[in-house]
Amino acid sequence: MIKMKDVYKKYANGVVAANGLNVSISPGEFVYVVGPSGAGKSTFIKMMYREEKPTSGEIYVDGTNLATLKNREVPYIRRKIGVVFQDFKLLPKLTVFENVAFAMEVIEAPADTIRDRVTEVLDLVGLKSKSRMLPTELSGGEQQRVSIARSIVNRPKVVIADEPTGNLDPETSWGIMNVFRDINEQLGTTIVMATHNKDIVNRIRHRVIAIEGGLIVRDEAEGAYGYEI
Amino acid sequence: MAMKFSTLRRHFRESFKSLGRNGWMTFASVSAVTVTLLLVGVFVAIMLNLNKIADDLEHDVEMKVYVELAADEASTKALEDQISETPGVAEVIYSTRDQELDQMIRDFGEDLKLYEQSNPLREAFYVKASDPQQTAKVARTIDEYPNTYEVVYGEGKVEKLFDFLNFGRNAGLVLILALLFTAMFLISNTIRITIVARKTEIGIMKLVGASNSFVRIPFVLEGIWMGILGSIIPILAVVFGYLKFYDYAEPRLRGEMIQILAPTPFLYVVIGILFFIGVFIGIWGSFMSVRKFLKV
Repeated sequence: MIKMKDVYKKYANGVVAANGLNVSISPGEFVYVVGPSGAGKSTFIKMMYREEKPTSGEIYVDGTNLATLKNREVPYIRRKIGVVFQDFKLLPKLTVFENVAFAMEVIEAPADTIRDRVTEVLDLVGLKSKSRMLPTELSGGEQQRVSIARSIVNRPKVVIADEPTGNLDPETSWGIMNVFRDINEQLGTTIVMATHNKDIVNRIRHRVIAIEGGLIVRDEAEGAYGYEI
Repeated sequence: MAMKFSTLRRHFRESFKSLGRNGWMTFASVSAVTVTLLLVGVFVAIMLNLNKIADDLEHDVEMKVYVELAADEASTKALEDQISETPGVAEVIYSTRDQELDQMIRDFGEDLKLYEQSNPLREAFYVKASDPQQTAKVARTIDEYPNTYEVVYGEGKVEKLFDFLNFGRNAGLVLILALLFTAMFLISNTIRITIVARKTEIGIMKLVGASNSFVRIPFVLEGIWMGILGSIIPILAVVFGYLKFYDYAEPRLRGEMIQILAPTPFLYVVIGILFFIGVFIGIWGSFMSVRKFLKV
């Protein structure tokens, strides 16, 4: 599903954020990406959805090489990737329903498909009853559910989550993890999640990729978090 | 891929919404376009009329070729043929000595009737150049012919007129260009503010895979609306202003050598120019900021 070959990334300011990354993630896998801040975790994640371009190397997502992808082709690969952020990135003036529908409207899906599909994913994340509310009327956990619903509404093959529980209390975080589990198990969506949440990584065991100094220092199936916070 | 109707409707809605959302900036940009186009309109109206007047004057520019007193009928005829065949000559009219004197008596009074006893004047040809700006050159050529005594064409004055007209045209053009750039800059600034205000929204659009044109079109539309809104007042002002001016000036110029342009089709041309420039600066202004701030 995702494959990196000798990926190297040097920013304009001289920082080397990826120093020869080689990794392969299969369809349907659930992967944690861990590591200290500033170790290249974010760059690793961002290169997967072509927010950053590698300086050299190859990155394949669903068979497309993102390293050589032309700018105007980026929108089409993005439709295969759902992205979830720590700060939710919801539009405050739109209702829950409209926020999720937005992702389908901008790729010009037909109106009746949008209606059915949005109802379906809101049901999946457990927010069907709150679809007419504004994001500000929701708790942090609920807002994150909306953003997860938005990320999967276009049926992406991969969901990339950058610290999705970073702003949430532990109780709520477990709930969010259940949503990710459902997406992974029920829909078969590949999930790549960068996280600092030690408890989650240690309790819900999945493959763990640890990044330090722009290198993958550890890659274990059913791994542990391995860092003391 | 053809754009869906619902998508188009969405783009229109979005572009109108952000006109309202950035109310004051929109107002500033539209005002800038208005002022610019008002000046452009007045300039275009003046310029086109000056061109018309210049044309009228130019076509009135002619040279007078005096024939040597010694020339007999045959050599005068030969000179006429020679002048007619000179490149750049459009028209040659022969005037006898008596006709010349009659003209002079008409111009300067009955006193000159005395000369009817012994006419001191020369025969002359009135020559018009096909391109009035080439008058001086043609005059120099004719001056070389045998039996030409002298060529007179208001030397100096004609050149000054042409210089003045050319200068006026260029100065107007430079001023108009400077104003256009100002208006474009203001439009692109307004759109930049729209883009910055909607950064999150645009970021999400791009994340979920909105195509570049989908992201771009509302901003370009917004620019176009500002251009069109800015062209309304100038178009009305120029149309009504010119109609009033025409009603005033036209009867007073009747029978004169100089005429101003009739409202049709002239005003349609001006309307077209103003509208087109409005749309054009709108598009260009939006493209400048879209390219710079959207990175699509």
